[in-house]
Amino acid sequence: MKRIGLKIAILAIVASAAPVWAGDGESIGVRNCTWCHGTSGQGYMVAPRLAGQRPQYIESQIRSFREHTRDNPFSKQYMWGAVAALGPYEARNLAIYFATIAPKAANDGDRDLAARGRTIYLDGIPEANIVSCYACHGPDAEGVRDIPRLGGLAYIYLKGRLEQWGQGYHSGPASPMPMVASHLGPDEIEALASYLSFVR
Amino acid sequence: MAGLRTILRLTLPTAILALAFSTPGHAQDRAAAARQGGLEAKLEYCKTCHGLSGQGYMGYFPMPRLAGQQPEYIEAQLRAFIERRRTNPIMFNVAHVLSPSMLTALATHFRGLNPKPFGGAPRGSLSTGKRIFEDGLPEANVPACSACHGTEGHGQNEIPRLAGQLYAYTVGQLTGWRKERGQGSAVDTSAIMAPTAHNLTRSQIEAVAAYVSYLQ
Repeated sequence: MKRIGLKIAILAIVASAAPVWAGDGESIGVRNCTWCHGTSGQGYMVAPRLAGQRPQYIESQIRSFREHTRDNPFSKQYMWGAVAALGPYEARNLAIYFATIAPKAANDGDRDLAARGRTIYLDGIPEANIVSCYACHGPDAEGVRDIPRLGGLAYIYLKGRLEQWGQGYHSGPASPMPMVASHLGPDEIEALASYLSFVR
Repeated sequence: MAGLRTILRLTLPTAILALAFSTPGHAQDRAAAARQGGLEAKLEYCKTCHGLSGQGYMGYFPMPRLAGQQPEYIEAQLRAFIERRRTNPIMFNVAHVLSPSMLTALATHFRGLNPKPFGGAPRGSLSTGKRIFEDGLPEANVPACSACHGTEGHGQNEIPRLAGQLYAYTVGQLTGWRKERGQGSAVDTSAIMAPTAHNLTRSQIEAVAAYVSYLQ
């Protein structure tokens, strides 16, 4: 009797420590994300793809929504509330969950602008003080640490984000992106967003 | 009175004009301003990658600290990028559009900055690093770093400051010295470091890179 009791106690401890979505199917936490971010976190309309995103980036963005430092209209309207009840532990588990799903490229940019976008991505436009994206986001736009993957994100999302930085909206603290984006004109933003939507 | 009226009549349109021009600039206006050149705009461009106070930044690649760096060294390296003696596609693009006078002005600017080191290097072998920095490794033909780079690692003239340099950057440079620097047939001061970089083992490089990263 004593033994059975002990075994049940151990089982209970093990079960409660495991992430809630360890079983088959999506947990409620994951479903709350995929409701907007699409099946398997592949993104939908303005809600960006989470699949294949860098886990440290997802965590840092959840933090910036919680602390209200990421302040564009959709962030305020949806994400500030959505993450309000997420603690750091839940945030990390969600980040790891979505990071391990293979991303699909959105492929929804203007193909005619992709070559120009690629040139800006790799070389920047030094004459106009536009920096190379590649220096931080990597050769395949895959990101690193808390620097996000850009490859395969939807055109409308990429374009919106680049425009918003130029309009004075913020991301996390200490991000160089407002400075980077302030030098980009509409044509350059469309070219970059087009190119990146095709990168896998 | 008539004089005052004349002044008002003249200044009012000017004031309106000034207001019209001071409305918050669109990205396009600012890009246009950047295209016209200007030291301030170019410095902002440098600091986008190298850190707002030139302290360095970790992107996909480590962007070295420029703060407190010797102007002669910065200028020499920018020229090496342009002439492809130092191979780095990103920095070639950056540097080849700079006029000689802009190049000198940029190099001079960073000398005056003194932010805290970027930090983050492993602390496990700092004492080994300190020993290599101060005494070298005579048995391995590695001279003391301090002999040329100064006892505080501040460098002089074309010899770079090492103090506060990003750990990942110094490790990357010392492990890949001959792949990046001293390319082509032109004479290049980087040749001086080639045998030393070659004689250091990976763990010795990591130790000395960590040590100098914390020097102020």
